[in-house]
Amino acid sequence: MDEVRLIEIAEDIHADNELVARELRIRLGDEKVFLVNLMSAPGSGKTRTILRTIEELQTQLRCGVIEADIDSKVDAEAVAAEGISAVQLNTGGFCHLDATMVAQGLDQLELADLDVVVIENVGNLVCPAEFDTGAMLKVMILSVPEGDDKPLKYPLMFSLCDVLLVNKIDYLEFDLSDFDVAKLRERVRKLNPEIEIFEISAKTGEGVGEWAGWLSREAKRFLAD
Amino acid sequence: MHELQVTKRILDIALEHAKEQGVHQIAVIHLRIGALSDLEDEWLQRYFTYLSRGTLADEARLAIERVPIVVRCSGCAESFEVEKSALDEAVCPGCGGSRCELVSGREYVVANMEVV
Repeated sequence: MDEVRLIEIAEDIHADNELVARELRIRLGDEKVFLVNLMSAPGSGKTRTILRTIEELQTQLRCGVIEADIDSKVDAEAVAAEGISAVQLNTGGFCHLDATMVAQGLDQLELADLDVVVIENVGNLVCPAEFDTGAMLKVMILSVPEGDDKPLKYPLMFSLCDVLLVNKIDYLEFDLSDFDVAKLRERVRKLNPEIEIFEISAKTGEGVGEWAGWLSREAKRFLAD
Repeated sequence: MHELQVTKRILDIALEHAKEQGVHQIAVIHLRIGALSDLEDEWLQRYFTYLSRGTLADEARLAIERVPIVVRCSGCAESFEVEKSALDEAVCPGCGGSRCELVSGREYVVANMEVV
């Protein structure tokens, strides 16, 4: 009987994706494209938030969108209808985008004509958190109807995003919701003290200007480097 | 969840190392996975058993060590362990501060393997 021996490996399971993501960030640094990865649960208002945000940005920055969906092009059509460059990626059942898929999406856009590209990731608060897409900025949306306890259920997502957009704050005007924004802020800061939090309503436009202004400054700082 | 994709990576990494080291059979693969991950141990093993059929890792067992969530207090820099369900109430045992940053809990590592 052969002897059992131990082989040291110490290799990160996501190392291959992270390598592709790092290379993508270098390439986008050379090409001067600021890539934003937008993640959230289904129905939190990703598409409308993107449209509202780009509306604010597009007087100063040229914007494009990569739409990811398991199997439809509803969102890409909505974005393209606004005259914005959009690519649809169907993930073929995958619950998230990885850096290789994003690179393929970027190949379909005229990057020389763009300053900012927003990835609308697959609607899901679990899986997209684990895959670096090559973006410079990770943004998530939590909408009021989802509840202020979501940082407890999806701590990984909240712990690694640079920005949290609390969307649908127009719901707070009605007494229908017991969503506590102060409680949410406290829970999120526990996981991620550095995170930027903006309260917005993509429907009424409230707060979008402040968020878009911040994003525009971040993008311009990157593009000027 | 994406257990299938992750499992495929684990198998690829294990087979790569097995090939380099002239291994006949992989018996156990030790993984270190952060407690923040939602990957299910049972599904990792089921997918692994399926994907590894006919390879050097056929019938290998995945031994999964969960790396605890450790945070560092932004106030006094003390590190302490927190349960995933209690992240909300994490309070520094040193100074009572409640602002913390994550030190561990996000790991996804193939640590080592027992082979013949």
